[in-house]
Amino acid sequence: MFILNAPVEETIEIDNRIYLLKVNALEISSIIKPGQFLNVRVSERVSPLLRRPFSVCDVDGEHLYLMFNIMGEGTNILAHKPKGSEIDILGPLGNGFNLGGDYKTAVIVAGGLGAAPFPYFTRTLTGKKDILSFIGGRSKDDVITYNLKNVKEATEDGSRGFKGNVVQLLEKNIELLKSKKIKIFACGPTPMLRALKSFCIKNEFDCEVSTECAMACGFGICQGCSIESITEQEKYLLVCKDGPVFNIKDVVI
Amino acid sequence: MNIDLSVKIGSLTLRNPIMLASGTVGYGNEISEFTDLNKLGAIVTKSLSLKPRKGNPPQRITETPAGMLNAIGLANVGVEVFLKEKIPFLKKFDVPLVCNIAASTIEEYVECTRTLTREETIKAFEINISCPNVREGGLIFGNDLNAVAKITDKVRSATDKPIIIKLSPNVSYIATFAKAAKENGADAVSAINTLVGTAFNIITRKPKLQNVTGGLSGPAIKPVAIAKVLEISREVDIPIIGIGGIMDWKDVIEFMIAGSSAVQIGTLNFIDPSAPGKIVKDLEGYCEKMSVEKISSLTASYIL
Repeated sequence: MFILNAPVEETIEIDNRIYLLKVNALEISSIIKPGQFLNVRVSERVSPLLRRPFSVCDVDGEHLYLMFNIMGEGTNILAHKPKGSEIDILGPLGNGFNLGGDYKTAVIVAGGLGAAPFPYFTRTLTGKKDILSFIGGRSKDDVITYNLKNVKEATEDGSRGFKGNVVQLLEKNIELLKSKKIKIFACGPTPMLRALKSFCIKNEFDCEVSTECAMACGFGICQGCSIESITEQEKYLLVCKDGPVFNIKDVVI
Repeated sequence: MNIDLSVKIGSLTLRNPIMLASGTVGYGNEISEFTDLNKLGAIVTKSLSLKPRKGNPPQRITETPAGMLNAIGLANVGVEVFLKEKIPFLKKFDVPLVCNIAASTIEEYVECTRTLTREETIKAFEINISCPNVREGGLIFGNDLNAVAKITDKVRSATDKPIIIKLSPNVSYIATFAKAAKENGADAVSAINTLVGTAFNIITRKPKLQNVTGGLSGPAIKPVAIAKVLEISREVDIPIIGIGGIMDWKDVIEFMIAGSSAVQIGTLNFIDPSAPGKIVKDLEGYCEKMSVEKISSLTASYIL
């Protein structure tokens, strides 16, 4: 874990309201794994007070990329960080995806900004596994396919790709999925993850999911980001330290 | 100039006034990666109860203007696991360890203290009678003068080590609670615990915290905390450990002037876990610049 002031190299609006922040942070970029995250202090002022967690979107040499949309004051400040300014980042945090195993095809399932961790994931797995990406959103503006491969899209309003949600799109492709040795890697809104969990249990697919929760510290001391465990009833797991990636069977979603 | 940063809390001498607040450092291991615990005045453990506690269901945290609400609900490993699994790590440090105890009954406070006092690494106890996020042992005890008196008295008979009573700000006159603590054998009080707060999501109309209410901390509560410390300082002759929204050395000085002998850093540990060590250095700078030879001379040095 490092806390460092990372110089901002660029802030790009890659799509409608979706920003990509590029910072220079070799200490972190050289060790961070897909699915791990950073806790970012957007300003030194007392409001907004807490750091904001962001999964690492991509890594390129000494550069780290964070993907976000403007949700409130913190992300608004972040979107307008001038080139050459610095941001205080803490990381790498959490456990990341377990990329090993004897699967042949990694199936990415993401909804909305849940796509954020997968460019780095895709970069890391390219050449090692086949990749299929199922990306969903409410409408075409919510479908983020930046730096993903072999993308199938779903929108609930039908404005792009399959009309319906991303899990329905998986159902539609069930023959394809069953014909391969797959492992699913997912991130997205809670209703999507719930539906995905049923889908994975029904079809006996192995699935890792990156979860989200309000947190303060990001490294286990505030105990804020509790998540109910299926296996350990007597205590909560922490999204920041025990996750954010869990096997979908192990946690209550 | 040779600066003396040491302060005294009853019979306990701290090398400087910077303590880490309960519930903001776990059991020391995570934060030790960022701040040298051996440079601090003391660390206070997460509240311990006799048996492990799971805490409240999520969502447990939400941010508010210049502050945060938490409703962790005293999640902790329990006394037994603490002694077996956490003490060995804490033993490695040369920093006074204060155990914070939370309980649902007076008997539980006593039993926790009695069990823990045998462990020599533990130098003092902070008795949490003021957690806003659990019913028994929190809101009820913290608001009840008789309960505070009785808990202090019973815990006093269970240990020879210094006892600090952590007071609730959610009362009309905090000084009366400090007085009850003193009269029943407490060596010090810490003030303040968090303020009860609530926040709603205006789209769903549901509270942002599953527990509905939580404890407000952070810079937003600093003026309240300073006022409570001053109130106790003016009315009760007992060492005060000031807590509430400290973000830098200037806040520490302000708390000391208002009556604090030492302070605890809380929410700041979540934002910058390396800050406590930096604050110690900065305090030395202030003392040098202001020709303060002994930092303890600042305590209750207010001019009203």
